Amino acid sequence: MHTGPKLTPEQLEENFADINPPLTPSLALEAASRCLFCYDAPCIKACPTEINIPQFIRQILTQNLVGSARTILSANVLGHSCGRVCPTSVLCEGACVLNAEGKKPVEIGRLQRHAVDHVLNRGINVLKAGKENGQRVAMIGAGPASLACAAELRRLGCAAVIFDSKPHPGGLNTYGIAAYKMRAEDSMRETEMIRALGVDIRNGVTIGRDVSLEQLEREYDAIFLGVGLGETDDLNIEADNIRRCADALSFIEQTKTNGFDHVQIGTQVAVIGGGNTAIDVATAARRLGAEVVYMIYRRSREEMSAFDYEYELAKVDGVTFVWQAAPVRVVPDARGRAQGLVCVKTELGPPDSSSRRSFRPIPGSEFTLEVDMVVRALGQKKLAFLQDIPNLKLDGGKVVVNAETMQTANPKYFAGGDCVNGGGEVVDAVAHGKRAARGIHAALAAQQRGVAHA
Amino acid sequence: MPDLSINFCGVRSPNPFWLASGPPTNTAYQVMKAFDAGWGGAVWKTIGDPIINTASRYGSIDYKHERMIGLNNIELISDRPIETNFREISEVKKRFPKNTVVASLMVESKRETWHDIVRRAQDSGSDLLELNFGCPHGMSERGMGAAVGQVPEYTTMITTWVKEVATIPVIVKLTPNVTDVAHMASAAKQGGAGAVSLVNTFNSLVGVDLDTYAPRPNVGGYGSHGGYCGPSVKPIALHMVSSVAKHPTVGVPISGIGGIANWQDATEFILLGATSVQVCTAAMHYGFRIVEDMIDGLSQYLEDKGFNSVMDLVGKSVNRIRDWGDLDLNYKIVARIDPQLCIGCNLCYIACEDGAHQCIAAAERPRGDLRDGEIAKHVPRILEDECVGCNLCALVCPVPGCITMEQLDNGRATMSWRQLQEARGRNPQCTMGDLLAKGTAAD
Repeated sequence: MHTGPKLTPEQLEENFADINPPLTPSLALEAASRCLFCYDAPCIKACPTEINIPQFIRQILTQNLVGSARTILSANVLGHSCGRVCPTSVLCEGACVLNAEGKKPVEIGRLQRHAVDHVLNRGINVLKAGKENGQRVAMIGAGPASLACAAELRRLGCAAVIFDSKPHPGGLNTYGIAAYKMRAEDSMRETEMIRALGVDIRNGVTIGRDVSLEQLEREYDAIFLGVGLGETDDLNIEADNIRRCADALSFIEQTKTNGFDHVQIGTQVAVIGGGNTAIDVATAARRLGAEVVYMIYRRSREEMSAFDYEYELAKVDGVTFVWQAAPVRVVPDARGRAQGLVCVKTELGPPDSSSRRSFRPIPGSEFTLEVDMVVRALGQKKLAFLQDIPNLKLDGGKVVVNAETMQTANPKYFAGGDCVNGGGEVVDAVAHGKRAARGIHAALAAQQRGVAHA
Repeated sequence: MPDLSINFCGVRSPNPFWLASGPPTNTAYQVMKAFDAGWGGAVWKTIGDPIINTASRYGSIDYKHERMIGLNNIELISDRPIETNFREISEVKKRFPKNTVVASLMVESKRETWHDIVRRAQDSGSDLLELNFGCPHGMSERGMGAAVGQVPEYTTMITTWVKEVATIPVIVKLTPNVTDVAHMASAAKQGGAGAVSLVNTFNSLVGVDLDTYAPRPNVGGYGSHGGYCGPSVKPIALHMVSSVAKHPTVGVPISGIGGIANWQDATEFILLGATSVQVCTAAMHYGFRIVEDMIDGLSQYLEDKGFNSVMDLVGKSVNRIRDWGDLDLNYKIVARIDPQLCIGCNLCYIACEDGAHQCIAAAERPRGDLRDGEIAKHVPRILEDECVGCNLCALVCPVPGCITMEQLDNGRATMSWRQLQEARGRNPQCTMGDLLAKGTAAD
């Protein structure tokens, strides 16, 4: 058994090729011509960023692709990545009226990508910075929430500086999205467009270590927390000191940064969890060449939080589902490497506090899966860092904000994205960031007026 | 099996589907291929002194993903020698004696020249003659085509010349680029025309290239007005055919032309007075094979409706066309939305609100996506008391059968505007509203 590359570089590239390739101009026209141009359209109402979807599709039809991209990006500056990674079947496309007639919905996600690609590929900047207003705002974390907040602030005329500890901006957009959905380079093209608006993105800077919170508070009029969540939750079983036990985020990050032939992959892999990230890991493991990939979930198919289309993808990729089973311990070999996973069967009871059915292990039902790699994909921890911020109100580790302005209990701080909602979609983070920017701008403008009146 | 054959001016044709004079009828090769495919007749590409054409020649209008809903051309009449065309007509008639071959003719406006071409056409074995008084571009600048068809006296004069030597029936092809096409049909009849065909193409400029500023079709950076045809002209052609059919004194057979692409289009022309129909653009788009479903569809229609012959359909809808002043002002319909079928696009709402009479209400749609559960059905509501029964909502509704126009019994007898005017004359003391409420009983 070895964990080196199992496939040739060509096979790996093919396996991780764009799962939803771009539309050709001809396909885009055909897809766009299916849009009915609904009034008060349900797709807009189902988009957290309220993109004027019928409008941008009409602009594709009239060959006004720059205008189409402007319609998209002025509502959602990450329109490119959202076009690729949004769960459109439960958002815009799920709301498309054509569904009600038993037809396929308009391919909104792909059309959106088509329009934004047009300007990204040509380096056309459709958004313009506003007139400088003297307001200075710092963003912590360079993920979707901060990027959206910063872009919107620039459009409003505020100075926007983003601090991020990673070497590249984009957050999970760069490091955490399955490579067959989006590559790190694509995320970077988008952040470059945002940089061109005048956003100062400073990577490799950790707040609290390289720059103190006090310094930020002194130098900026407001601070936006777009810090996301922490590392993957622990399994709390005998595993964490055994080699070849990985966590989902690090595993995905490797596929996004190291080159596929540098990612450590077992021959028989157990993925623990039932969410969309667990699916990303399982499908990536198969595409990297793992022969058997088990997805182990404590509850049943009905309780699994992964979207239906993600589950279907995992099935097509040949992932083996092990329902109603919980990991007990990882069995190491003589050299301390995983060689098996002991699980116990579970039975389901009435709903628990998560409103899903509860589960409990069935005594004596232990069984062992022969695996040489275990990846845990159990959701993310909340960040301890947030406790360092004075007067911030947290609820179960999530930052409490005013839903209209995204202002936290500490009026100097605003927040959005996963650190507020506990883990959502890119588009939710963008919506938060945009809303926060408007909240910040309004609050600072009110302050300026207050000073002027005093 | 219903009889699709027709009698057009005494000429028997296996079915009413003829190819119009144009590129598809340029050669014997094409016409014979078309007859093999099932076309009942063909009007030969217009014969006259051979011309020289430009490249390019065609421009078109697309709508969304639909190609060529309208076609414009600046092509002229046949570029082949007159004798070649007539020789090929003879060959076609020998091989297809039952199919109808019409020689389309256009020569300069000299009596002897017309006499000569008519004799040669008859010698070729053509069943009918069609005088091209309609071509709106190129030829008209040389005093032919529409230059003749737009002046009733010329139309009568040249038709008279033709009739002096013609031994077979003469069709005059009319241009739509006139104020009253029925008046031109009347002029043709005065000259002795046995039939008319309409419409020829509409004078048009199909578009401008936004990058080069050159009109389409583009000939070395320049363009010229051309003749427009195809599906988008059908409604105008239908009106013109019906106006000739309704004309009190014309009374000659009509060959209907203008945007016909299938059996349904053809049937509409026949119902409005055409005995035969002519097709060009659809054959240029899809080839001769389209006639198969035209034959099959029309046969099935006749069978479904219980007709033995297509001739029984000719003109059946003509007397249903009235002057506006004879329509019933008391006929009341309102829109109804089927909430089961409604998909909630709100197109009816916005069309009525901005484009009609503000008779539909729609609440603002709440925010929400499927992550929160089902999205509630969003159905606009007709304000029936306000509804004027204009049809617009039903026309914009994308779901077949979702919005229907339902007749309301308002208890009123019929009354047209003309009757209303008469009633007002008799009852000057009454308001129009009172007179309408009483209906024709107002006497």
